[in-house]
Amino acid sequence: MRAFRPSFKRVVLALALWAGANAAAVADAPQRVVSMNLCTDQLAMLLAAPGQLISVSHLASDPLSSSMVDEAAAYPVNRGAAEQVFLMRPDLVLAGTYTAQASVDLLRGLGVTVVQVPPAESLADVARQMRQVGEALGRVAEGEAMAAAFEAATAQYPQAEAPATAAFYYPNGYTAGSGTLADEVLNLTGFRNIGADAGMTGGGILPLERLVIAQPQIIITSRPYPGASRSEEILVHPALRAVQDAAGKARMTDADWVCGTPHLLRAIAAMAEARAILAPAP
Amino acid sequence: MTLLSLEALTVRRGECPVVDRVTLTVAKGEFVGLLGPNGAGKTSLLRGALGLLPHEGRSNLAEMPPLQRARAAAFLPQGREIAWPVPVADLVALSGGGPAAVDHALARMGLQGYRRRNALALSGGEQARVLIARALAQDTLLLLADEPAAGLDPEAQIRAMMVFADLAREGRGVVASIHDLGLAARHCTRLVLMAKGRIVADGAAREVLSDTHLADVFGVRGFHAETADGPIFQPLDVVR
Amino acid sequence: MKGQVLWVFMTALVAALFAASLLVGPAGLGLAESLRALFTGQGDAVVLVMRDIRLPRAILGLLVGASLGLAGAAMQGFLRNPLAEPGLIGVSATAALGAVLALQTGVAALFALALPLSALAGAALSVVLILLLAGPRGGALALILAGIAISALAGAATSLVLNLSPNPFAAMEIVFWMMGSLADRSMTHVWLGAPFILGGMALLLSTGRGLDALTLGEDVAQTMGLNMNRLRLSIVFGTAAAIGAAVAVAGAVGFVGLVVPHLMRPLVGARPSRLLPAAALGGAAMVLAADVAVRVIAPDTDLKLGVLTALVGAPFFLHLIWRMRREEA
Repeated sequence: MRAFRPSFKRVVLALALWAGANAAAVADAPQRVVSMNLCTDQLAMLLAAPGQLISVSHLASDPLSSSMVDEAAAYPVNRGAAEQVFLMRPDLVLAGTYTAQASVDLLRGLGVTVVQVPPAESLADVARQMRQVGEALGRVAEGEAMAAAFEAATAQYPQAEAPATAAFYYPNGYTAGSGTLADEVLNLTGFRNIGADAGMTGGGILPLERLVIAQPQIIITSRPYPGASRSEEILVHPALRAVQDAAGKARMTDADWVCGTPHLLRAIAAMAEARAILAPAP
Repeated sequence: MTLLSLEALTVRRGECPVVDRVTLTVAKGEFVGLLGPNGAGKTSLLRGALGLLPHEGRSNLAEMPPLQRARAAAFLPQGREIAWPVPVADLVALSGGGPAAVDHALARMGLQGYRRRNALALSGGEQARVLIARALAQDTLLLLADEPAAGLDPEAQIRAMMVFADLAREGRGVVASIHDLGLAARHCTRLVLMAKGRIVADGAAREVLSDTHLADVFGVRGFHAETADGPIFQPLDVVR
Repeated sequence: MKGQVLWVFMTALVAALFAASLLVGPAGLGLAESLRALFTGQGDAVVLVMRDIRLPRAILGLLVGASLGLAGAAMQGFLRNPLAEPGLIGVSATAALGAVLALQTGVAALFALALPLSALAGAALSVVLILLLAGPRGGALALILAGIAISALAGAATSLVLNLSPNPFAAMEIVFWMMGSLADRSMTHVWLGAPFILGGMALLLSTGRGLDALTLGEDVAQTMGLNMNRLRLSIVFGTAAAIGAAVAVAGAVGFVGLVVPHLMRPLVGARPSRLLPAAALGGAAMVLAADVAVRVIAPDTDLKLGVLTALVGAPFFLHLIWRMRREEA
């Protein structure tokens, strides 16, 4: 089934090309694309034809969130306000589903085509989005190739026999439960997610004492932002530190974890490596 | 023995002196009635003498350290402030005079049955008696009282005056500012008349409340009589 | 005798709530297991939970509550106004501003004491301002108006500093500084706050006799031997140290200093010197109870302490205003 799908897509693509250059979608490919969302920024930078993408969001140049800071430097930056985006005269706007809906509605009202891409909550979502953005850009083949490569890369991880325990722990005690991309990454690389064990779906707060009692074999935290915040103090709490010491090397999530892009494969590889040096869970 | 000794005491409000170079001594056994119209400087004189206001000149009380002054003189201010609903006995005991002094003061003011009553729930007259008892319980040789009789009913006024007179007879000293000239003439051993910050007369009732002083200072005329019980004075009418 | 019953009851109440604070938590540990871990150090993860998470939280609840109750009673005694409360009159808000400034300028990262010291300075500033604007005889209206102005100014400045922070979480923490929370505090916070809180409380407890004398007004108090300047300094520094340090580690928890002295006053015969320790115990009980309640009501979210204390305290405040109005009429 999995093997069949790409070739099916290729057939469709071939049919579309064959259907005649006068009616072809490719000829109608958008020429001025603005991305307003960190994740579509990165997919668009990877998939767009030269000159096709004219602006990315300001988050694309934030090293704590974006894996493509260097690439983003080549593009004018937008801050997601409808006014600013409209003045760039885009013929396609890529946005997230959580992008300020008022801005999206306004742009649509002004006759701009807006494609909204939902956040990736699973590995399947990631491949789906690669294809979606590829299609929207009129770069179906490139999107398809990226998705196929991603699917192939994730398919190589074997089902773990005895998963080790792991937990994400972020400022304010935030963690990722089941139904998240991060959870799938853990499962893929031979871990059992403490957040999902705690019955959490999506993101939520896991009280520190429950994390301590669960004693995960690895705790994945985030890099602190500059400036101070009380929210991040929990990451240096002595009790958390003690569990981390018992768990060995603490891992940190970085920009590669944020979006469903090929960069996620780096994060997956790092987790697989971390799993390899851990003993299996008792 | 001198209990209060003021030398050229001056108290200013802004530049203007409200007490102007007042010299006054009060000895044991004296009940001094401090008289004068509103604004004559009676309250400022009492507070200045205690060192509660910035002043020039000398006051034996103001020169004492606070704790020594507290053993030398008690003060009963005009504003009858009781901030919290404290039981009467606790309030009187704030003076630090000890249980015997508290009992004595309560008995003196006829408050034995009030010990556990909430002081704030009492009538104005009862509160005034409690506050006098508080000052008595400080057990000092000198009591300075600012308008102790104001706002009291006749019985309470007379009782307060009789207590002060008793204190003087015991060998203590009392200085009380009093608006009621008749009350002052009847109970005080000595009257001091103030006008515009200065002492204009000092002595017995008949001399201090002379026709001239009455007319000049208060603008009234009055009537003196000597009875078997002592001197009597009654203001009669306005002369200005 | 009646007095002794009160002290025994209050001490027992605080002890029970302290124990509850240690025993209630999202981890749902067994009683025997918890106590064994706490006292013997046996059982790895449970020991961490009991000694490093719950114990500091309970100790801070005790200290923060006691300092709020005590500071409320002391300020009320000094101003002779039952509406004086560190939260209402802006002392907590300026302490929060001081703490936020220390954190966001990075001074707190340079040396740890900068955090409580800066909060203390903020609190001291507002206490002095309040004494100037609405000192004794200033009246309830002047006090509340001055408090509103100081709170609004300090709150706006705190929000500004947090919004300008490069840290995206800082701006979300405005609510912590305004409502207070004891969640996820550690022994580090106890060591940082306790010396100032205890020092400030000792200073405030020493003002009892002076505040008693003030019941009769400043003139009488002074002629009874009270040193007014020393009392004023003790109130300013005692309040600033206790409230500053409490806010620096737990945020601004409101209304404790209003409700507790009001409830305790009739029980101690209204004398400030007896009210002070009673309000400290009452404040500790109220904050410990609120902190247990936030964990019971919403175990998996950080419900702010100030939400509960305000839900109890604000109607109380209205009741007090209503009563004062009736008395003045």
